[in-house]
Amino acid sequence: MNFETIVFYVFAALTVFAALRVITARNPVHAALFLVLAFCSMAGIWMLLEAEFLAISLVLVYVGAVMVLFLFVVMMLEINLAQVREGFWRWLPFGAVLAGLMVFEMVWVLDSSRTSGGPIKHAADYSNTKELGRLIYTDYVYPFEIAAVILLVAMVAAIALTSRRRKDAKSQVIPEQVAVKKADRLRLVKMSSDNHAQQKLDSTAEVAQ
Amino acid sequence: MEKIKNFFKTFLLYELVKGMALTGRYFFARKITVQYPEEKTPQSFRFRGLHAQRRYANGEERCIGCKLCEAVCPALAIKIEIAEREDGTRRTTQYDIDLTKCIFCGFCEESCPVDAIVETRVFEYHGEKRGDLYYTKPMLLAMGDKHEGQIAKDRALDAKYR
Amino acid sequence: MMELLQILQQAGQNLFGSAWLPIWTLVKIMAIILPILGAVAYLTLAERKVIGYMQIRIGPNRVGPFGLLQPIADGMKLFFKEIIVPTGSSKFLFVLAPIMALAPALAAWAVVPFNDKMALADLNAGLLYLLAMTSLGVYGIIIAGWASNSKYAFLGAVRSAAQIVSYEIAMGFALVCVLMASQSMNLGDIVHGQHGRFGMLNWYLLPLFPMFLVYLISGVAETNRAPFDMAEGESEIVAGFHVEYSGMTFALFFLAEYANMILIAFLTSIMFLGGWLSPVPFLPDSFVWLLGKVSFILLLFLWFRATFPRYRYDQLMRLGWKVFIPITIIWVVVVAAWMQTPYWMW
Repeated sequence: MNFETIVFYVFAALTVFAALRVITARNPVHAALFLVLAFCSMAGIWMLLEAEFLAISLVLVYVGAVMVLFLFVVMMLEINLAQVREGFWRWLPFGAVLAGLMVFEMVWVLDSSRTSGGPIKHAADYSNTKELGRLIYTDYVYPFEIAAVILLVAMVAAIALTSRRRKDAKSQVIPEQVAVKKADRLRLVKMSSDNHAQQKLDSTAEVAQ
Repeated sequence: MEKIKNFFKTFLLYELVKGMALTGRYFFARKITVQYPEEKTPQSFRFRGLHAQRRYANGEERCIGCKLCEAVCPALAIKIEIAEREDGTRRTTQYDIDLTKCIFCGFCEESCPVDAIVETRVFEYHGEKRGDLYYTKPMLLAMGDKHEGQIAKDRALDAKYR
Repeated sequence: MMELLQILQQAGQNLFGSAWLPIWTLVKIMAIILPILGAVAYLTLAERKVIGYMQIRIGPNRVGPFGLLQPIADGMKLFFKEIIVPTGSSKFLFVLAPIMALAPALAAWAVVPFNDKMALADLNAGLLYLLAMTSLGVYGIIIAGWASNSKYAFLGAVRSAAQIVSYEIAMGFALVCVLMASQSMNLGDIVHGQHGRFGMLNWYLLPLFPMFLVYLISGVAETNRAPFDMAEGESEIVAGFHVEYSGMTFALFFLAEYANMILIAFLTSIMFLGGWLSPVPFLPDSFVWLLGKVSFILLLFLWFRATFPRYRYDQLMRLGWKVFIPITIIWVVVVAAWMQTPYWMW
């Protein structure tokens, strides 16, 4: 058992433990944090497979951004656990079938007799990032672009669905505010300081105008 | 033209740089810090610090127990009890100032018809226990005895403005 | 110097055998972490001094000559203070949060090159790793805010989460420009890409000037520093996410903030200011240049704090989403087009 295997088992055990806790933890925030742990240990495993680009993007995108927003929402929700658990036994058979199906699929795909039996080891100067970029922009350029367009459509759709301008909403127009000059707002008035009563008269007259 | 100028001003952060230039200039300005225990700012003769009760030159206490100060005190920090002394004069038996309540407004001093209660220039005092800042009559008289010279001088300076 | 290191390596090899490699790595980690912690301590003093000077005060000057022992006194005080865990808080997360804040701030230093040869890990995807690590720092704040079971802390955490996620995008795009210019994600290569005959003019500061500004300002926002210190906002939400923290747990948040500041300063100087390269061609490149640039950026951080009032929250979001992100995207396109022309000389 070499060092790499030990690391793999540690990460694997962590992932399985964290994934289990995601669905068993009573507190939704704890569950979300365990999901973060699962992502991180998963990234560790990918790192062992020399897929450092994917591992780091997993941390960057899922842990650094998606899960933050997730936590953001979960923290503000008040979830009634009893209500969530209500239909547990009724839906259990359906869930079990789905889970079984997924396990079967995973085993089918990962069965080492059908695949080439583990990744090939590369030299230290091998760059997974470069390789991935080359593949994406040459062999898989159309699928890649189509995926990007689909995501863009989803984004536009989400914005179009949620953004409606309320008529009574008040907002700043910042460029206008920035463009304001001193001369637009401020008027310097010459006044003699001794004639107090006259001044008062003048100013009231100005207001009246 | 104006628009183009504004565009560059905004994106080159002209106003922010101007603000930073100001603070940058002050970085080199002469510092105005007063190094407190070694240096002190000058005090006015009207400084309102710790209270004191004064006596006349013959050693008789000034306070006649009129309770004007107690009445005027906005923080209700003064408590006075009075009784007749053997010689038939009206005197206080109790004159307490709770300095934890006092806001040092100086109204007691203003209201006093005989200049008995005054505020001295002393501001460096402290209490180590609860109740240490509850000043009683003997304490106030002792303060007055200790600082009478300074107090008299300050009153004399202020006299022409009253 | 090099020979001395070699002798040390030999001796270690003989003494510990195969266990020497982890030990040597540990020594290297310590050689990075300890100076950082020292720098953090003295950065706090520098901050108080600089801001004091800008407010025509003189800052701390009682503990030691010129107040030089002040950070040590502060550290001692924090060390001996009691750690109070609020009732109704989730204890494990409450203690975990400051660690989660500090750990990524220190872990990011693994890929930072200090010199031509000095870097703990010469990672190919170094830039990406840095982005990932800096984005992890937000967890400390979110967990702290949630675990404290306090309204103010929670508000601070929510503000900080939204802020960091939005500014990370602008920051990421700014870095995309850098890696397009250098055609590498290795920080060492990025510095080498700025090497040239003209000294300063070869730095990415020149072609990527808007990105430099965006990166610097986003960096200030990422580290929750004034004028973007919405997460703390002491005049609005007391102290934000760390209201409930005291003693050493508070000190860890403090350390994380300043370690992040130093990190951002290092990254800015590495990616835009040519790292350890000398600004004029006739002087040799050296680590000293890097230190000088970092000190200047750190001074800017303090200077910002002394100058600008805190942003209002909606304006902060507007700046991030409606100003920075469009600017960065436009500049990515501009740089991409520019690089195809013969006028690109970097």
